[in-house]
This record gives sequence, structure tokens and C-alpha cells, in this order.
Amino acid sequence: MFARTSALVFLPQCGQVRNMATLKDITIRLKSIKNIQKITKSMKMVAAAKYARAERQLKPARVYGNGAVALYEKAEIKAPEGVANKHLLIGVSSDRGLCGAVHSNVAKAIKAKIATLTGEGKEVMVVNVGDKLRNILQRTHSNYLLLSCKEVGRKPPTFTDASIVATELLNMGYEFDQGAVIYNRFRSVISYKTDEKPIFSIDTVANSENMGIYDDIDADVLRNYQEFALVNIIYFGLKESTTSEQSARMTAMDSASKNASEMIDKLTLTFNRTRQAVITKELIEIISGAAALT
Amino acid sequence: MMAARFLRRSIPVLRQARCYADAPSGSSQMSFTFASPTQVYFKEASVKQVDVPTLTGAFGILPAHVPTLQVLRPGVVTVFNDDGSAAKFFVSSGSITVNADSSVQLLAEEAFPLDQLDVAAAKANLEKAQSEMASASDEAARAEVQINIDANEAIVKALE
Repeated sequence: MFARTSALVFLPQCGQVRNMATLKDITIRLKSIKNIQKITKSMKMVAAAKYARAERQLKPARVYGNGAVALYEKAEIKAPEGVANKHLLIGVSSDRGLCGAVHSNVAKAIKAKIATLTGEGKEVMVVNVGDKLRNILQRTHSNYLLLSCKEVGRKPPTFTDASIVATELLNMGYEFDQGAVIYNRFRSVISYKTDEKPIFSIDTVANSENMGIYDDIDADVLRNYQEFALVNIIYFGLKESTTSEQSARMTAMDSASKNASEMIDKLTLTFNRTRQAVITKELIEIISGAAALT
Repeated sequence: MMAARFLRRSIPVLRQARCYADAPSGSSQMSFTFASPTQVYFKEASVKQVDVPTLTGAFGILPAHVPTLQVLRPGVVTVFNDDGSAAKFFVSSGSITVNADSSVQLLAEEAFPLDQLDVAAAKANLEKAQSEMASASDEAARAEVQINIDANEAIVKALE
């Protein structure tokens, strides 16, 4: 109140005058914020339903994905150090926004990895699943993009989607030695963490030291096995990513609705004050007019 | 790949010797994980034996089996539990990993218990696929139809 009166007084050379908002302005603003609040509330409900389904599907997918990387962990497969090998990064996000920092976290992780790898003189290419990630990376790192996938995020991801991504990737013909799938691992409704799972090429796995203990593997079997493992890891990343995205969207829309209702409360108070001020002004005019007559 | 295998056979001393099975180091049971992308059937369970159909033939896996990696073909997976009961599942394809610590990961692209499959529908699909084989034009289409035929034949065989 105090600030407003001093603002009214302090009107030096600027020709513009900032009037006190009229009742009509406040009404318009109030209506638009109420509409926005309805929209964010319904988006939150939709995201909550999708999140519940995604989390249910995540349980078996997690067991499946952990089984797929078990070989890499138990055999401690790693690419030979020091050799200038080619890297492949697969970033998993989606097409839709309004979900908090999901996409930018993956993009940040990818950018950091590109910086370290190019600093060490290694070659790296990026496959992104999801339009949002492509938009972010295209601005600065467009020459690292190998393959882009759209129409992600509308429906829950299936194993077929992962196999399509893997097939296209293998058909591109980029002979990578090792790489990683960068995704958002789901921890709980309110938290997720950007994580990565390693992927290796057929040669890296075959030449790794501990592979000797595995009996009787010929090249064909190993190639089939590796391709299947690649699809599994991509599928796992997709499932975790969707769950994190839906939970992040739920939280974002929830806080948007809360902010909107706070604004509505404040504006309603301003509206009432303005309304009372208008009434008071009219009363004063009437009374002073009457006083002038008598 | 051949050179690597030759090298492996000629220097057996340098790595874990592939001779008589070493006494299983603490794990006389296998930790068996059997899952498809949408469903988990066994998670780190202890079972007696697992029979799997692979591209190189069907074989049974007991605890302390030599480590190996295999790719599955359409067929029946039989799991023998510790209490002697057997559970049969039909798998379409996938991979199996037996690690040195006797843990087995069987990842199937699609897996269903046998009693969920309908033999009449399988026979109908098989006939349809066989008739499509005649009209298949190029290599890729022919390969797809062949896969269809193989899978349906395996289902019919498993259910009879």
C-alpha cells in the first residue's frame, strides 16, 4: 500500500502513467489464471495415471534390464584403455515438455561426456531418442548427432520400439567400440537421477580378458547375443526414462497448480480491495457533491 | 575369432583351467533369473535344473555349469524346481547367460506358460505362414515367413 502511493507520487519525466489496475484488468487476469490452474490440475491427473502404469511396468523391466547387464558386470568387460576408440552415446528422453529438468539433465550429461571424450582425443557420436533432446543438442553439438528418433513419449515404450532403435542404429554402420545409454533412473516419485549403462561392441566383448571362461562361443552366437543385449539395454533405459518423466511432470504440474492458486488468492484480495476503493470513491464524490449543494 | 580360440586352447594354464569342474565356490545352487520384457517368472531363484532350446541345440543347465552364452530358438524351456515339480514355458527367442558364479540369466523376448497357448490357433497360423512362403518375394520377406513357420511349428510340437 505504501509502495503504491509513493509510486503514484514519483512520476518524473516519464510520459507513461501507471494507473492502479482497474477492476476489469484484474477480472481478466483472474479468469485466465483460473483457466491455467484447471489445465495444470488435469495435466497432473493424467501424468499421475500414466506414472502409475509406468511404475507397474517398470518392475519386470528392471529385473530384465539387470539381467541383461549382468554379463558385463560379472565378466568385468571393459574396452582396452589408451586406444583411440570410438564411442557411442545413446541419450533417452522424449518429445513432450512441461516435465521439469528431465531433458536438460540428460543433455547436460551428454555434453559433459562429449567434452571429456573429445578432450582425450576419442571420437564420439550421439544417438538421441526424443525430439526435446535433439532440440537441445542441435544448437551446439549438431555435428555429433548420428540418429534421431521422434514420436517418443506419447505411448508407453515397448520392446518393439527398442528393437527399432537398435536396428536403425546398427544399420547406420558406425563401428563403435564402447558406449553408454544415458537415461534418467527412477528412484522415487519425487526423485530421479541421470545414470548410464555401458554398451560394448562385439569385438570389445570377444577380446575382453575374462571372456575366456565362457565356453564355446562362436562369432555368430556372440553377434546375436550382443544385438539382443543392446536392445535390452535400450529398452531398460526407455522404461526408466518414461517413469521418471511422468513423475517429474506430475510434480511440475502440481507445483504449477499450487503457484496458480497462490496467485489467485493474492489477486482476489487485490480485487476486493480495488472494489472497495471504487465504492469509497463514488461515495466520497456523492457526499462532497451533496455537501456542495447544501 | 578362430585365432583367439586356438590361442585359448594352447595356453590352458594361464586362465581358469578348463578341466574337471572345480568345487563350486560356495554356490552349489544356481541363482536363476527368467524374465521377459513384460513379466518376471523367476528372480534369482534356486532351481535344480533348466532345459533350454538354443540355436546350437537343446541342453540342460545344472548348478556349476561351465559359463557360456547362448542364443535361444523358439521352443520350450523346462524349469525343474528344488521340490521336483517342473514348469514349462514357451519362448520365442532371447539369450541365456551362465556366469562363473553359477548365476543364470534367461532373457526371453516373449515367454508364456504352455497352458496359455492354444494349439488350434497355432496350427491355423502355421498353415497361413506356409501358404505365405509361396508368395514371399525377396530375401527379407522369405526370412520373416521362415521365422514365422519355425515358431509356429515349435508351438505345435510343444503342445502335442
